[in-house]
Amino acid sequence: METLAMHISNGIINGPVAAVFAALALAALTLCVLRGRRDLDDRLAPMAGLVAAFIFAVQMLNFPIFTAGVSGHLLGGALAALLVGPWVGALCVAVVLVVQALVFGDGGVAMLGLNITNMALLGTAAAYLLIALLLRVLPRTPAGLAVTAFVSSVLSVLVAAQGFVVQYWLGGTADLGGNLVGLAGTMAGAHLLIGIGEGLITATTVVTVAKVRPDLVYALRGLRPAAAPAVPAVGGVR
Amino acid sequence: MNKRPWAFVLGGLLVALLLAGVVSNYASSHPDGLDSSLLKGCTVDADHNITGGSCPAQQAKDHELADSPLADYGVRGIDNAFLSTGLSGVLGVLLTFAVGAGAFWLLRRRGAAATAGGGATTDAATTAGAGTAGATPDAASAAGGPATRS
Repeated sequence: METLAMHISNGIINGPVAAVFAALALAALTLCVLRGRRDLDDRLAPMAGLVAAFIFAVQMLNFPIFTAGVSGHLLGGALAALLVGPWVGALCVAVVLVVQALVFGDGGVAMLGLNITNMALLGTAAAYLLIALLLRVLPRTPAGLAVTAFVSSVLSVLVAAQGFVVQYWLGGTADLGGNLVGLAGTMAGAHLLIGIGEGLITATTVVTVAKVRPDLVYALRGLRPAAAPAVPAVGGVR
Repeated sequence: MNKRPWAFVLGGLLVALLLAGVVSNYASSHPDGLDSSLLKGCTVDADHNITGGSCPAQQAKDHELADSPLADYGVRGIDNAFLSTGLSGVLGVLLTFAVGAGAFWLLRRRGAAATAGGGATTDAATTAGAGTAGATPDAASAAGGPATRS
């Protein structure tokens, strides 16, 4: 019987550390609800539901990462941050993780706080910080948006992976013989490749949405296309 | 600029259903980056079962809800692997959309006077935060209650 587990399983991190992270995640998600409500209007709410459903779908699509016998899948933090903003984005990823743990037996229920901390909170936060920076310095073009999506995806996956390493350092159940650095290195190597895959998926998705409905991309709001005065507009006439 | 998002959301949902319902069957079945990192030090057979050595993954325990009818992205009782994975994906997308869109719709700001101050909002939001991690429907309606009347 093949079991498909994609997130931290029960027994990998000890109970007390898992409980501390559950409390931490709950507090952070509460903050996300409070701040996210400012963003959530009649247009963003259905869009956020779609983002959660889309991330669930794409998380099922494990892709090979060109090292023997290892696969990876989208985490979704960067995609969510780009499309619906950091606060609602973190909630979207959290909804996916809750559904996966409670219905699909993926990621221990006792481990939910750990998984939410890594993928929903750390991943989305890291992605958004970089998105906010890159969208200011890169040109307002589909290429600029694609580069932003790609780079922020890679960073968010690497940060989420190291979040697990910290959790393992705090409460890992197997004795690594002091070789935490080895685990950090293995995680970083695999997740650099996964991040590249995530970056390609995120960039493709966000550029597509920006082409069809630019008004539905949160990260493009409030950015004036003519922010740089010297950029000649296509056609030249406004 | 203020177009409604529903047509786009419906289109996106169809893409998600296609990905989870059909494409998911072509996903790699190798352990992912996390699992493979935790398997380091162990030897595994072709089905990724541990055959020897010592590694963190050996500490893994059963899932609390391993008996869920949709556990491990399959539908219990459906023997055809393609159908089982695809149907579980379709149900997962619909369920995630229902939970997500439902909760976000109840939490959304309404009109200009949406910023209701005071303890009611905080309480509602806190309950909804707990709802995200557990029983969503009642928590979400608790959150929707005070805001509706504000």
